[in-house]
Amino acid sequence: MEIDWSTYDPGEFYDEMISSPGHPRRAALAIAGYLQKLSARQLGRRQNAADLAIAEMGVTFTVYSEGTNIDRTWPFDIIPRIIPKKEWLRIEEGLTQRMTALNLFIHDLYNEQNIINDGIVPEKLIKGSKSFLPQCVGASPRFGTWAHICGSDLVRDRDGTIYVLEDNLRVPSGVSYMIENRSITKRVFPELFRKHRILPVDDYPAHLFDMLASLSPRPLDYPEIVVMTPGIYNSAYFEHAYLAQQMGAELVEGGDLVVGADDCVYMKTIDGLQRVDVIYRRVNDEFLDPEVFREDSTLGVSGLMRAWRAGNVALANAPGAGVADDKVIYTYVPDIIKYYLDQDPIIPNVPSWRCEDKQQREHVLANLDKLVVKPANESGGYGMLVGPHASAAERRKFVNLIKRSPRNYIAQPTLGLSTVPTICGQRVEPRHLDLRPFILQSDRTYVTAGGLTRVALRKGSLVVNSSQGGGSKDTWIVDTGGH
Amino acid sequence: MLSRVAERLYWTARYLERAENTARLVKVFSSMMLDLPNGVGLNWRQLVDVSGAHEHFDKNYRSSGERNVIKFMLSDPDTQGSVISSLAMARENMRTTRDLVPSEGWEHVNELYLFARKKLTGKTLLKDRHEFLSEIVMRCQQITGLLAGTMSHGPAYQFVRIGRNLERADMTTRMIDVGSATLIAPGVELERLENRLWTYVLRSLCAHQMYRQYVRRRIKPDQVLAFLLQNMIFPRAVGHTLGEIATCFEHALPHSEEPLRAVLRLQRLVAEANAEQLRAAGLHEFIDLLQLEFGNLHQLISGTWFSLELDEAV
Repeated sequence: MEIDWSTYDPGEFYDEMISSPGHPRRAALAIAGYLQKLSARQLGRRQNAADLAIAEMGVTFTVYSEGTNIDRTWPFDIIPRIIPKKEWLRIEEGLTQRMTALNLFIHDLYNEQNIINDGIVPEKLIKGSKSFLPQCVGASPRFGTWAHICGSDLVRDRDGTIYVLEDNLRVPSGVSYMIENRSITKRVFPELFRKHRILPVDDYPAHLFDMLASLSPRPLDYPEIVVMTPGIYNSAYFEHAYLAQQMGAELVEGGDLVVGADDCVYMKTIDGLQRVDVIYRRVNDEFLDPEVFREDSTLGVSGLMRAWRAGNVALANAPGAGVADDKVIYTYVPDIIKYYLDQDPIIPNVPSWRCEDKQQREHVLANLDKLVVKPANESGGYGMLVGPHASAAERRKFVNLIKRSPRNYIAQPTLGLSTVPTICGQRVEPRHLDLRPFILQSDRTYVTAGGLTRVALRKGSLVVNSSQGGGSKDTWIVDTGGH
Repeated sequence: MLSRVAERLYWTARYLERAENTARLVKVFSSMMLDLPNGVGLNWRQLVDVSGAHEHFDKNYRSSGERNVIKFMLSDPDTQGSVISSLAMARENMRTTRDLVPSEGWEHVNELYLFARKKLTGKTLLKDRHEFLSEIVMRCQQITGLLAGTMSHGPAYQFVRIGRNLERADMTTRMIDVGSATLIAPGVELERLENRLWTYVLRSLCAHQMYRQYVRRRIKPDQVLAFLLQNMIFPRAVGHTLGEIATCFEHALPHSEEPLRAVLRLQRLVAEANAEQLRAAGLHEFIDLLQLEFGNLHQLISGTWFSLELDEAV
């Protein structure tokens, strides 16, 4: 397998590295040239080195699953995805703008509801949203920030336009893969890091810690920060443990915490009970507090909501923040940005049809074979219909679903997701991808340099989710200097 | 350090120690059954009684033949304290505290569990039981050594040490029960038999040579008993294990006053026992008493460090 870019053809799609056969993009010139000079043996050796590095780290991963295999469930491709720094700065600005507006929106929804009173977002939409939590009405978290950690999924269409596909404001995961992928490529291509100016990503845990610390209700003391996990059987447990360890925070489960009569949260330690200031919780809203939400939850802490409402503990993300990543709310984000910031969105939304609206619904039902239909409240690519790839029976099923609960569905055109060269057996072929940057927000905003690139490893597939045949790549924000 | 983490480390060590000592117990009992003459009244059921889990046995097994008892002690996943369930519990507890234990520790525990599970499914081990049990004992020792040699001896390790020593104390008393001749049918001429019994017990605890160095005379039942109960430098003697626990309490852990008082009291009880008198009468009852006290000590440990009450907050 030797790479020859003149035979690499992304076809009708936008390729992140090669603009047309034989012509690498400017920011990717050096790496494309470098890869082409590698012999088949050398390239194979690099991929092996990466696999070895993964196996070594993989020990950490698989400990948490049954059995003795050491395969990481999520394959890694060594060819990085390149984004020029200039383009990235604009994206960073766009993400900051978007998060700022979304946080203003969430705070407004749980307090004055000006946006509803002014007729921008219909009231019934909020009332009908599963993710709007009445228990949060009137709450006022520090800085008015509700979504402190967000993972927004970005995609690029055929013409090169980057869109926000969705926002994940609940408990987004994947950031540990971003960091791990970087440490693997550093081992595999050290010489490239000498030649390129590639923005670092491993400062994320430090930024996360600073952001969490800024939320502490006792700002004068050294804050006690904990990461709260549902436990070892959660698929992201490794990430929880990793982030806790990197931040020097305690990794706790619900049973480790208790809320006192003073409405403060304490953690049970061998030295006795210790007050907790900030909880980075990776437990979903409905399991947080059996007093308020699901009574049968054993993952949460009784009284946690009381403590949070009293301002004695910070929760990141705040409960109820998920209301803004409802897929129907998503379609209003451009209006939300305009309303709160009086700005046009820097990164556009994917044009969407709301099935709730009669006219739009009819358009959707008539064009199911061309559209992607998404349920309002799912993530991970579940419950979705990709029209052009679906069978007639699947489409009929969705006709019924949409008719039964139109509020729960939106539709979008099928995007021609951009591609990136990926090692597939003995060849390098284009594969579709997306990007999940992570945004931290409290009184300041931080955006990761790049993010997690997910790639659909099956030829032609548009589904990048790890559970469904996706892999990942390192993402390089490359400073080419000049303009 | 989180209470939950401390508790899991403590149980990891207890279960590892229990797996090892159950293997030792079965090993010594098996050779006694082979070597001792018929007619001394020894039978497999007595092994169940010594293990302390006879209620569970009676509920789930009809006859107490060798096959059933071996299954009960080694491969029954539902028997608390069987080798396989002890290893499974050690593994579960360690899995969730991996951050504090060197990764080799987890790997060895995991492999040991998988090894035991493989060996214990299918045919009951009759032929190579001895080898299997020796390997379990050896590998448990290996893990104990690994933890001692690679974990920082901070609070996390102290909980490992407490768990190991408390379980060891308890299991050593069960071994003593085997030697206490209560197993032998009345009327059998005891004198020569008894020496052999205590030799088995010493061997099963790897204590034979240490005893000889200490006593420098032939096996005498009273002295063996005193050695296993009261010796302060032999690691499997009850006196030593209690001393270890007291050291952990005293030097390394917060709020340890109450458990420390309890362990010192227990140490005195053991130190003041008169082996000769006990052997003449009441040894079995004395052992029951000790086991009860070990249980109470566990409750105190648990109350002090593992399960906190809310009122401590304010």
